[in-house]
Amino acid sequence: MSIITFTLNGSQVSVDAPPMTRLLDLLREHLHLTGTKEGCGEGECGSCSVLVDGELVNSCLVPSLQIQGATVTTIEGLGEQTHLHPIQQCFLEKGGAQCGICTPGMILATHHLLEKHPAPTLDEIREGLSGNLCRCTGYMRIFEAVQQTAKLAEAGK
Amino acid sequence: MAPKEPIVGAPALRYEGEAKVLGRAKYIDDLHFPQMIHGATVRSKFPRGRITAIRYGEGVPWDEFTIVTWRDIPGENTIVHLLKDHPCLVEEIVNHPEEPIVLLAHPDKALLRKAVDAVTIEYEPLPAVFTIEESEAPDAPVIWNSEAGDSPNVFKTYLMEKGNVDDVWASADYIIEGEYSTGAQEQLYIENNGVIAEYTEESVTVWGSMQCPYYLHHALQLAFALPEEKCRVIQVETGGAFGGKEDYPSVIGCHAALLAMKSGRPVKMVYDRLEDMAATTKRHPSRTRHRTAVSKDGRLLGGEIEFAIDGGAYVTLSPVVLSRGTIHAAGPYNWPNLRIRAKAVATNCPPHGAFRGFGAPQSIFGLERHMDLIAKTVGITPEELRRRNFLQPGGSTATGQLIKDPIDLNGMLTRALEESGYHAKRAEFTKTNPTSPIKRGIGFATFMHGAGFTGSGERRLNSLVAIEIDDEGSPEILVSSTEFGQGTNTILCQVAAQTLHIPYKNVRIAQPDTHRVPNSGPTVASRTAMIVGKLVEDASHNLLTCMRASGLLEETYTPEQFCHAALAYKQKHGELRATARYQAPGDIFWDDDKYRGDAYPAYAWAVYVAEVEVDTRTYMAEVKNFWALQEVGKVLNPVLAKGQVEGGVAQGIGYAIYEKCVWKDGVMANNQMTNYIMPTSADLPPIHVLFEEVPSIHGPFGAKGIGELPMDGPAPAILNAIEEATGVCFNHCPLLPEDIFDKLANPTSISADSSQLQPAVAGPVFSGTTS
Ligand code: FES
Ligand code: FES
Repeated sequence: MSIITFTLNGSQVSVDAPPMTRLLDLLREHLHLTGTKEGCGEGECGSCSVLVDGELVNSCLVPSLQIQGATVTTIEGLGEQTHLHPIQQCFLEKGGAQCGICTPGMILATHHLLEKHPAPTLDEIREGLSGNLCRCTGYMRIFEAVQQTAKLAEAGK
Repeated sequence: MAPKEPIVGAPALRYEGEAKVLGRAKYIDDLHFPQMIHGATVRSKFPRGRITAIRYGEGVPWDEFTIVTWRDIPGENTIVHLLKDHPCLVEEIVNHPEEPIVLLAHPDKALLRKAVDAVTIEYEPLPAVFTIEESEAPDAPVIWNSEAGDSPNVFKTYLMEKGNVDDVWASADYIIEGEYSTGAQEQLYIENNGVIAEYTEESVTVWGSMQCPYYLHHALQLAFALPEEKCRVIQVETGGAFGGKEDYPSVIGCHAALLAMKSGRPVKMVYDRLEDMAATTKRHPSRTRHRTAVSKDGRLLGGEIEFAIDGGAYVTLSPVVLSRGTIHAAGPYNWPNLRIRAKAVATNCPPHGAFRGFGAPQSIFGLERHMDLIAKTVGITPEELRRRNFLQPGGSTATGQLIKDPIDLNGMLTRALEESGYHAKRAEFTKTNPTSPIKRGIGFATFMHGAGFTGSGERRLNSLVAIEIDDEGSPEILVSSTEFGQGTNTILCQVAAQTLHIPYKNVRIAQPDTHRVPNSGPTVASRTAMIVGKLVEDASHNLLTCMRASGLLEETYTPEQFCHAALAYKQKHGELRATARYQAPGDIFWDDDKYRGDAYPAYAWAVYVAEVEVDTRTYMAEVKNFWALQEVGKVLNPVLAKGQVEGGVAQGIGYAIYEKCVWKDGVMANNQMTNYIMPTSADLPPIHVLFEEVPSIHGPFGAKGIGELPMDGPAPAILNAIEEATGVCFNHCPLLPEDIFDKLANPTSISADSSQLQPAVAGPVFSGTTS
C-alpha cells in the first residue's frame, strides 16, 4: 500500500491503495465516485475518460502512482443538480445521452476538446471525440450538443 | 384546462437525462451491497464433448470459495425460453465453447480470477459443426435432436406460401438466382452484462442490467422451484442492450442467484468485455437464397426464397428470430406467387440471440441485394424495378395481409432520391469513376418493419399496464417496459401527460420491479411505443374516467385541480389506480399453422440511401453520406426519434463494412474492442433523418414502432452503392477491405465465383446481363 495524494474535483484527497491500482478503481472503489465507467478495461472505449492535469486520459490504463500530486477532474466535478455545466445542459437538450453509459466520458472529452478548440469545426469534433465510443447515438446528437455548447460560450463572451 | 402546447410530438427532455449527464445514474456495477461478494464463471474451452472430470488446481484456498455446479440447482436445470434444452449449468455434455460449467464466488476479485484459471475440465471430445453448411450436410454429426425440433440439427422450420409459385417458371422471361449471406454481429452495448443477486428466507431477488425483467423472473421460478411471489427482479439503469440483454440476463441472473443461495451473501456478477463478447449472444449469421421469376418489363411473377439462420447450440429465441426474418424476407413488394422455406439450424457456437431487427436485417439484406441484381438483369434501373413492384394500399403482403394504411412508397422513393441528389450523383459518378482511383457510388434500399410481436404474439403476451397516484398526487406509470437508451421513460410519460392534460414533468414512471409493476411484456420488437404506449394512453383515460365518475374532477381542470382531485380520491378510497390490458384489434387475424394473415398490426416503411467511396488502392470502402427517410406514424418525440434512427443507422453501417466476428471452431477470436471494430465518431458520415407521419390507429396518438427499423436498411443500401461504384457485386456482409481486395485485385476469383459480375442465373429463359 502507499498513500496517493492528489487534487480531485478541486479538493485535496489522500488514498491508501496499492500503487498499481488503476485510477479507475481508485475513483470507483476507493473514493466511491461511480460516474466514471468501465466499458472495456483496455483503453478502447473511453467510457472511463477523466481529465488529469487538463489532459484527457483513459483511467483504466493509468496506475494510481502516476497521479501523485496531479489534478484530476471527473464527471462529478463538472456540474451540480441545480446547475448543470453548459456541456451537460446541451447534451440533455440535444439528445446527446441515450443509455448514458458513455456520457460521462463523452462530456469530459467534449470539455477537453472545447478547451483546445473553443469553436471547433465538425471535423475537429469528429476527430476530438473519436476515442470515445458510443453505441447508442450514432454521434450526431452529440455533435450538435458540442456545437451548441460552443455557440453558447461564444454568445456569452 | 389542457396545457396549451402539445406534449406528444414535442422534444420533451429525456426523463432520466439529468442523472445521466451528471454521472449520477446508477448502473449495476455502481451498486454495492453490505457483505457483497463477487461471482465468476468457469467455462468450457472446447466446442463439444463429454466431461470426465473437473479438477480444482493447487495454490487456491478453495475452502474460502463458494462453488456451484449443476447439482446445486434446486429446481430444473434449465434456462427456459421457448424450450428447456438450454441448461443453466452443464451436467455432462458440453455443446459450445464458453459454456458455463462451474460458478465460483469470493470477496476478492483478483483471487477469483486466479481460481477460475485453476479449474480444469477434462473431457472426451465429440464431433462438432460450426456453420449452416456443416450443420445441414447429409453426413453431419447430430448435435441437437429433440421432439420439439423439426429434424436433427434443425430447431425450427417455416413454410410460407402465396399463390402457386410452381406455375410461374414456364412463363417467366427471366429466372434470376442469387445467394446472400450475413455474419454474426456483436451488440457491443458499452455496459457489459451484469447483475446482483440476493437469497434470503427462501426467496430470491436479482437486480440487473436487462430488457425483460419478467423473462428472468420466469427463469428463476424454474431453476429454484419457487412460486412467483418468491422471485423478484428489478431492472436498474441499463447501459445499452439492443437485444443483447433480452435473453442473456436469464443466464447470468440465475447464476448469480445460485451463488447467493449457496454463500448466503449478495453476489455481484459483472462480466468484463472479453467474457461478454466471447460468451453472450450475437446476431444470427444467415444465408438467403433467391430464385425469382420476372417478366421482361420487370414485374415480379413469383419467387422462391430459402432463408437459413445459425442458431448456435441451443434453441433460445431462434424460432422467433426466424419468424421475423421469414416474414420480412419478401419486403415491401407485391408477390403474386411466393414460397419461403426457412430454417434455424443448430451449430456448436454459443447460442445466437436477439439483436435489433431480430432476423429482419438478415433477410432484407438478401432481398435488397437481389432486387438490384434483378434490375441489372432485366435492364432497368433499381428505382424503376422497385416502382413496378411496390406494395400499394389495397394490395396484400406475402402473408396475405391487406394493406389498409395509405402508404405511398413511390412518393417516399421520389423524396429520398431527391433529398440525396441521387440522379445527379449517379450521372456524375458514371462520368468520373473511369479515370479515378476512388470509385464513388450511390445506392438505396426500400423496406418495411413490423411493429409488435409477430402474429398472435401480442395476444399471448396479454400485456397489462397500470397508473397509480402517488402521495404527492402525481400519476406514476407502472410497466415492466424498460429504459436502456431508447426513450421508454420519456415517451410513456409524454403519452400519459398529454392524455391526462397535465405537464410532462408531473408524470413519474416506476423502476421496473416485478413486485411492483405488472407485466407489460418484454421491451423488444419495436412494441413499446405502439403497444405499451397505447395501453398507457388507455390506462390514463381510465384514470380520468374514474376520477370524473367520483365527482372530484370537472370536465376541464388545471394541473393543480387534477392533483387535488387525485389526492382527495386517494384519501377517500385508499388508492387511485387504473389499468389497461391489451385487447387484440378486432380486425387482425393470424393463422399460426399456415403462417398466414395479419403478421403485424402495423408496419413502418423506409427508403435509405447511401453514398460511398471505394479506394481501389487501399480497398477501403467508406460511407460518405446517408439519408434515412421513414414513415413511422406519429413521431412522439422528434429528438429521441432522430437519435434512435441515427444510432440504428450507425449500427447498420458497422454491420455493412466494419463489424466482423472472427470465428475459430465456435470461439469468437476477436472478442475485444481492439479488434472488433465498431464505428467511431470519425468513421460515420452525416446521417440525414427524414420522417413522414401517417398516423396509425394502433398506437398512441398515431405512433408506430421505430426501434428496429433503422437497422434493416443500411447494409443493403451500402452494398448496392458499392456495386454501383465498383461494378463488382458483393453478396456478403460485413464487407471488409480484405474482401474487396480479394475480388478487385484478383479477377480470376471473380469469374470463378458465380455471384460475381454475371448475375447467377438458371432456368429456361434467362437472357443476357448488363454489367
Ligand atoms: S474502460 Fe477505459 S477505455 Fe474502455
Ligand atoms: S449513450 Fe449509450 S453508449 Fe452512448
